[in-house]
Amino acid sequence: MHALSIRKLTKTYGNGVEALKGIDLDVEQGDFFALLGPNGAGKTTTIGIITSLVNKTSGTVAVFENDIDRDIGAAKSCIGIVPQEINFNQFESVETILVNQAGFYGIPRQVARERTERYLKQLQLWEKRRAIARSLSGGMKRRLMIARALVHEPRLLILDEPTAGVDIEIRRTMWEFLRETNERGVTIILTTHYLEEAETLCRNVAIIDKGRIIEHDKMSNVLRKLQTETFVLNLREALPIAPSLPGFGVTLVDARTLEIEVSNGHNLNDIFVRLAAQGVDVVSMRNKVNRLEEQFMRLVGRSGSQAGNAGAQS
Amino acid sequence: MNASLGQPASRSRTDWIGFQTIVLREFNRILRIWGQTLLPPAVTATLYFIIFGSLIGSRIGRMGGYDYMQYIAPGLIMMSVITNSYGNVVSSFFGARFGKHIEEILVSPLPNWLVVIGYVTGGIVRGLLVGLTVTIVALCFTHLVVSNVALIIAAVLITSIVFSLGGFINAVFAKNFDHISWFPTFILTPMTYLGGVFYSITLLPSWAQTLSHANPILYMVNSFRYGFLGVSDVDVRLAFAIMIAFALALFGLAVYLMEKGIGLRD
Repeated sequence: MHALSIRKLTKTYGNGVEALKGIDLDVEQGDFFALLGPNGAGKTTTIGIITSLVNKTSGTVAVFENDIDRDIGAAKSCIGIVPQEINFNQFESVETILVNQAGFYGIPRQVARERTERYLKQLQLWEKRRAIARSLSGGMKRRLMIARALVHEPRLLILDEPTAGVDIEIRRTMWEFLRETNERGVTIILTTHYLEEAETLCRNVAIIDKGRIIEHDKMSNVLRKLQTETFVLNLREALPIAPSLPGFGVTLVDARTLEIEVSNGHNLNDIFVRLAAQGVDVVSMRNKVNRLEEQFMRLVGRSGSQAGNAGAQS
Repeated sequence: MNASLGQPASRSRTDWIGFQTIVLREFNRILRIWGQTLLPPAVTATLYFIIFGSLIGSRIGRMGGYDYMQYIAPGLIMMSVITNSYGNVVSSFFGARFGKHIEEILVSPLPNWLVVIGYVTGGIVRGLLVGLTVTIVALCFTHLVVSNVALIIAAVLITSIVFSLGGFINAVFAKNFDHISWFPTFILTPMTYLGGVFYSITLLPSWAQTLSHANPILYMVNSFRYGFLGVSDVDVRLAFAIMIAFALALFGLAVYLMEKGIGLRD
């Protein structure tokens, strides 16, 4: 069953901006799905339409087979949303925000209180339950929104930039929590600018750019399509010039740092053997950029140039 | 974890809980900011009764067969109900839009008509609490005659509904805080003062009497006053028909605005 099924979805805003130009998207039940794209690509508009915060222009959206035009109530009951911007009442207590949110979904107060305790404890906010929301730190506010999205126990959790502005320690704690949530059977759709986050957590990915889906595949397939990767090598001894490595693109960034571009199918051992033969001792190595980031930049860049060509022809 | 795996609650039951949640949240808000919601109307009413009732009223003499203080008491109670029902919904709903926490309700499965009723009930609660407060203040200054309790309750309830809906619609269209004070300042307050709170329109020249009949607040104040004193400047049946028509029309408009997402959804 599809947790989410979108067909020919378009959105044109009142000012004439075409945010979505007929997107099709399927997310399987139980998936951990990344919806990626540059700023202004249409991610938040898509999420807004799914959660009924934005009116669509045309197309269909179904959440667990509940069409939002025919049974919006059933569709909404399945969704929990963590928006990009803070949108809780900053003057209410943490506990009140969760209990009220459960109430809006028809959950009796006693059950709502039990769930509030459970989720606040899981997200390390229980000690802050009586605090006024505006007194929380940025990371706590993000976690509060995750707890609020889960309090009615949705089948589909949508997170729009959930870790923006959150330090790395809390981010990793949140990753762990989201992984456990997904393992319990909740389908998760994640948008993020931290592509490492998407690569680490998500099994499937769609990339949206200028209102169109330009990639929709398994994460592993998307990464496999990457033709080249750039590695950064830190050297023990300083070099006056870049060593000769025919078949590889080599750049000496500074005396002790080499960048080597490696095509798919090349053996990394070969590089080390050839460097060792030239007396170059490698201390450490890392990817120059995250692999998904590299593929993302290629896809978005290509989409931009195709749009440019199409524009030039029209 | 999955809610749908458990025993599904009926839609009417979940809607009822959602409605209760909105009303309870509004009630808690009214109590939390009591210094802005409950206290000022009591102070204002006290000043009105001292100035218009005791000081000036004693020189005016009788009106409609009653002391001036007795005559204006129902009007003053109704005026506070009107302004507070309106003010509660307009500030709460616009505040929720401004702070974006209205999205908590918009993403929930609560039907739009129930969201409107929830906020309107919040307005009624504040209107009645303030009305009760002003009634207690009035009893400190004068003796209130009660002619028909059912009419009093009906008039105050329908009036409160009408102005709560008005506040809701104002909040939907408002783009900033100026927009939520514009209507009460330039429309609502003049209409209330010219709606027979302080006088019988029989004191006005005939053209002004005719013009006054175009003011819906005249019907609300007079039907309420009729419930207390048994005197009215208008036909009470016509007054109730007009009030009910206003309530239905404004409710329809408020639900329509919610359905279309005007001011709420892009």
